[in-house]
Amino acid sequence: MQINIILAGVGGQGILTIAAVIDHAALQSGLTVRQAEVHGMSQRGGAVQSHLRIADHEIYSDLIAEGTANLILSVEPLEALRYLPFLAPDGKIVTATNSFINMEGYPAMEHIIEELHCTDHPVLVNAAELAREAGSIRTSNMVMLGAAAPFIGMAAEALETSIETLFQAKGADITAMNIRAFRAGQALSQLQATAT
Amino acid sequence: MRDNFFNERTMKQLLLGAEAIALGALDGGISGVYAYPGTPSTEITEYIQKNRGAREQNVRSAWSANEKTAYEAALGMSYAGKRSLVCMKHVGLNVAADAFINSAITGVNGGLVVAVADDPSMHSSQNEQDSRVYGKFAMVPVLEPASQQELYDAARYAFDLSESLKLPVLLRLTTRLAHSRAGVEGTAQRTQNLLNAPYAPERFVLMPHNARRQYSKLLEMQDQLEEHSENSWLNSLVPGTGATGVLAFGIAFNYVMEVRQAYGLDCPVLKIGHYPLPRKKIEALFSACDTILVAEEGYPVYEELLRGYFGGKNIRGRLDGTLPRAGELNADSVALALGLAKKEVTPVPSIMVNRPPELCKGCGHRDLYEALNTVMSSHEQHHVFSDIGCYTLGALAPYNAIHTCVDMGASITMAKGAADAGLRPAVAVIGDSTFTHSGMTGLLDAINDRSPLTVIIADNDTTAMTGGQDSSANGSRLLEICRGLGVEEAHLRTIIPLKSHLAENIALLGEEIAWEGVSVVIAQRECIETAARKKRNPAAKA
Repeated sequence: MQINIILAGVGGQGILTIAAVIDHAALQSGLTVRQAEVHGMSQRGGAVQSHLRIADHEIYSDLIAEGTANLILSVEPLEALRYLPFLAPDGKIVTATNSFINMEGYPAMEHIIEELHCTDHPVLVNAAELAREAGSIRTSNMVMLGAAAPFIGMAAEALETSIETLFQAKGADITAMNIRAFRAGQALSQLQATAT
Repeated sequence: MRDNFFNERTMKQLLLGAEAIALGALDGGISGVYAYPGTPSTEITEYIQKNRGAREQNVRSAWSANEKTAYEAALGMSYAGKRSLVCMKHVGLNVAADAFINSAITGVNGGLVVAVADDPSMHSSQNEQDSRVYGKFAMVPVLEPASQQELYDAARYAFDLSESLKLPVLLRLTTRLAHSRAGVEGTAQRTQNLLNAPYAPERFVLMPHNARRQYSKLLEMQDQLEEHSENSWLNSLVPGTGATGVLAFGIAFNYVMEVRQAYGLDCPVLKIGHYPLPRKKIEALFSACDTILVAEEGYPVYEELLRGYFGGKNIRGRLDGTLPRAGELNADSVALALGLAKKEVTPVPSIMVNRPPELCKGCGHRDLYEALNTVMSSHEQHHVFSDIGCYTLGALAPYNAIHTCVDMGASITMAKGAADAGLRPAVAVIGDSTFTHSGMTGLLDAINDRSPLTVIIADNDTTAMTGGQDSSANGSRLLEICRGLGVEEAHLRTIIPLKSHLAENIALLGEEIAWEGVSVVIAQRECIETAARKKRNPAAKA
């Protein structure tokens, strides 16, 4: 078993929290993990990405080779497209549709959606809306993790346990809110899967 | 050799490569870490600062003013018999180079390990210089582990090696390993060394007669260092068949093995993670193969050496274009170098636009640059010399406010030189942390020389770009430093970079920039990131 995931977003959007949950769950499941992330200048509102690799055997490279990512999980729609060369032919895109515009020339949303649909049944999520319903816009990340859960190669329960472990220190309310957000994302993803 | 240390493993933790070094050093019994923040090395020291065990055992870990002061303090701790770690990014070793090179001549007492994180592809740096060159230059052992676990093990091992050879050991890593997480198992902690500072002026007083003797000793040790490399657990052969062999250095080994695994190749791979080069091991690979691919993450340092000036017809690598000459390696570039066909991949759509980093919304630097741009637009010459930090982002749209950024502290000294050449006005913008790193001495030069320039210290109370580490001085202490250096009271002024203060800031900056003398304007406003962090977590250290 080997899963290659590219996490994408804009510096400050918190993709590393998503990575931390998956990392933790994988390690708890006795799997090997490699997760490369971006620190430094790009974190100031630039494009950021994390290469996350999980396997039941030794992993050599911290970076994912082109054309071998099973999943691009993006918290911003344009950023999902930035890493298309990494996507495997049967790879999946799961992305938030909430755009983050902090530069000139941001493409029209319909063009972005059109490009996303060039891949195999992308899962498009209004993460902001589901997060607000769960209790806070800040849970958008967990909405996205939930939406991607069916493609991560681990049981949703394992991911939920990791959310509980990692948010424990912030109190029961915040933990529950993040679990709600995760489940909302997961439900939407399943709904889209049955619709297609 | 590795097994002797590591037979009892502790529970697996998920660590960044940088953190794995920190844990390895802590378990190796260091008494202190010295560092100046710099991507991708910062997390080594931060891990030690946050580690409870380190605090309980009084492992000293506060930030140093710059890499040179850090290195010298680490050398002093080693002189006193204890183990010390000193960390920096690659360009930081330029700053510490004087101390580093000479500490190879004096040698050390307690184990001294310098962990240097290089940044090939320049993710957060102004160049991609390769610290292995410095290791070779200083003629000390260099370790270059390939994985997070190896980083942990090598950090521990490096202290023993340093103590047994009485030489500093350079531990080199690159961005990908520093900022990538993997499971790491530790081992039982070694106790710290006792204070033991032998009088050894014949080693440590580098007057020429001592220096010559010490240098001869260092030269004589080189065979011994090579012998260590020959037997090192960091240098090992992955056996294979086939006419092409690979010499894979450090993290390049991972990409080679990734390709080897993915494509079912069987080429022999000699992994190098301990320098100087193990000559016999390399000779064996060369004699078994027709062609050798040399894969190095960084400069083609050893490819060049192995080719020699005229020879090396059977060597492939970065110098003949088999691998790209610049930038990080990856599995894709290595696959091409091993003769595999380029993969067809989905291209990035044509609608894609770049998303460069920017100053945060609400950042005080934005208000500073807005005021400064207004003032400078009234001058025919509007050059602004700047420095390294978040405020470097003022070079980008919409501000386009600065015109230089070269190395730490160069804003003030370059403005001084330009002023000496007759450029008016000459304006420097530098952060609080960069000013204390290496701006102060340049300001002293300007005062002594009466060079007309205006230094703007953007004091946001932190080292912001690297994530908010303590600066060596800010607030009122910066004013005191400037006074002490001799800045006239009338031209040592402060502003608050806020939108509501824009008009008065323009007026004040206008006055000082117009004045023919050394003036310093300190723009004081806390970084919004650190302010928000304190608000979220009031218990955090101010």
